[in-house]
Amino acid sequence: MSEAKQPIKSIVTPSRLEYDFTPGIATTRFLRHMEEGRIVGQRCAECTKVYVPARGSCPRCGVATKEEVEVGPNGTVTTFCVVRVPSENIDLTLPYTAAHILLDGADIPFFALIQECDAADVRMGMRVEAVWAAKEEWGPTFENIRYFRPIDEPDVPFDDFKEHL
Amino acid sequence: MAEHCAVIGVGQTQHDAKRIDVSQYGLVREAAERALEDAGMTYADIDAVVVGKAPDMFEGVMMPELMLADSLGAVGKPMLRVHTAGSVGGSTAIVAASLIQAGVHDRVLTVSYEKQSESNAMWALSVKVPFQQGMVAGAGGYFAPLIRAYMKRSGAPEDTGIRVALKDRQNALKNPYAHLKLEGIDFDQIANSPMLWDPIRYLETCPSSDGACAMVLGNAAVAKKAPKKPAWVHATAMRTEPTMFSGRDQVNPQAGQDCARVLYKKAGISDPRKEIDCCEIYVPFSWFEPMWMENLHFAPESEGWKMTYEGATALDGDLPVNMSGGVLSSNPIGASGMLRFAEIANQIRGEAGEHQVDGAKKGLGHAYGGGSQFFSMWIVGDQPL
Ligand SMILES: [Zn+2]
Repeated sequence: MSEAKQPIKSIVTPSRLEYDFTPGIATTRFLRHMEEGRIVGQRCAECTKVYVPARGSCPRCGVATKEEVEVGPNGTVTTFCVVRVPSENIDLTLPYTAAHILLDGADIPFFALIQECDAADVRMGMRVEAVWAAKEEWGPTFENIRYFRPIDEPDVPFDDFKEHL
Repeated sequence: MAEHCAVIGVGQTQHDAKRIDVSQYGLVREAAERALEDAGMTYADIDAVVVGKAPDMFEGVMMPELMLADSLGAVGKPMLRVHTAGSVGGSTAIVAASLIQAGVHDRVLTVSYEKQSESNAMWALSVKVPFQQGMVAGAGGYFAPLIRAYMKRSGAPEDTGIRVALKDRQNALKNPYAHLKLEGIDFDQIANSPMLWDPIRYLETCPSSDGACAMVLGNAAVAKKAPKKPAWVHATAMRTEPTMFSGRDQVNPQAGQDCARVLYKKAGISDPRKEIDCCEIYVPFSWFEPMWMENLHFAPESEGWKMTYEGATALDGDLPVNMSGGVLSSNPIGASGMLRFAEIANQIRGEAGEHQVDGAKKGLGHAYGGGSQFFSMWIVGDQPL
């Protein structure tokens, strides 16, 4: 009875928005290469930096990038964090390690998941390799790479990757 | 700059996790009316209104400034909305100041807010990009690897972040508007709080808050008639850089360094550590205090942590930082930057109450946003420059 008299101060009304995503020329090429199991970036003709995934232009020089360069599949962890807090739209078992990975041949790191390794053992400079999904599951998506895992190689010295944290 | 601009009124709400006692309309009015009262004005005296908040996805209301026009007395008056992610509260104040400095208006009301309880900021900050795996868990997930990079680069003692958090949480106890007021907080409580995004602990993290901040800005003629002491805007600056480019230094971003450099030049400051009395800067995770001390040229690179360690940034230090308790104690995202700008103005006006720095004559307000790519800053002083 007293409950019925409580004023309603707010209600939750879920809403959704659906949209079509058009990746554009550079990302489409990147995704088509991913479909074939290859990680392909683009080199800037002016500063020679290799971007992956490339966006079709160099953010520093402002020029279109055309030359394609295959990179990886191995790389180096430049920095990382161990996530111990849940997020509604992230479907991963806690804790997990999210790292900045600099693929061999690339000049910019990207965020990726580290698995098959205890969180306490992840290090800056640790060498890792891409673990791909089964070939029949490949599509035009970065998600073909399920995660990265450590490989038996010596750590890279900090000075060699400190520009790419 | 053609006209002088001064802060003549400041208002903020009580910040809390859930302000279910007010709507978004009521929240912005609470701050706006306090600022107007502080300035001895009513909505009728205002020429234009400038509103800022974080992306609309946070509350799920597109262009909320339109629905707020009525509440903020802006009907029939110019109204502007500013968007620069987490730095928006600072950028909004700068846009409002520019309208005075350019001689467009005499009296401008500027307001920023966030009602995080009507939203899910963690969701809004972790939206899955098509064709990629979602794993960047909110702002903490984005910034934690950069903090680790700072720790490695600077060799700072591991407890630096704990010391910053302790200072800010103790300062918040002196601020009646602060959201998080942890009586009896000590070093061990922070050190033993759980790691959320290792190396960031729970008590080294900002809360999610509902809150708003407002300021009334006026030109010299208006400021002279103000009932309280004005804080004069000496300089403003904004800089941005792309989120991703090869070799980008996200620990000590060039945009922030450049922004501070041009700010000091405009304000006639050659030695910021000596000439600035106190600062309110945007520190959502405690380790950002030493990082920004370096970015703002108060300390050489990799030595910002020494300022924390030596007590320089404490309320009784030689450069007090975040006397109000800062973003670590109240984080209504869109308002957090303006709170820095308003708190520093109140220090200069002698209106900061229990967390007042005695004799503060020149202060820095700072905000940053996005992936450390948007910066906005101002210097205010007790006399016109
Ligand atoms: Zn280039």
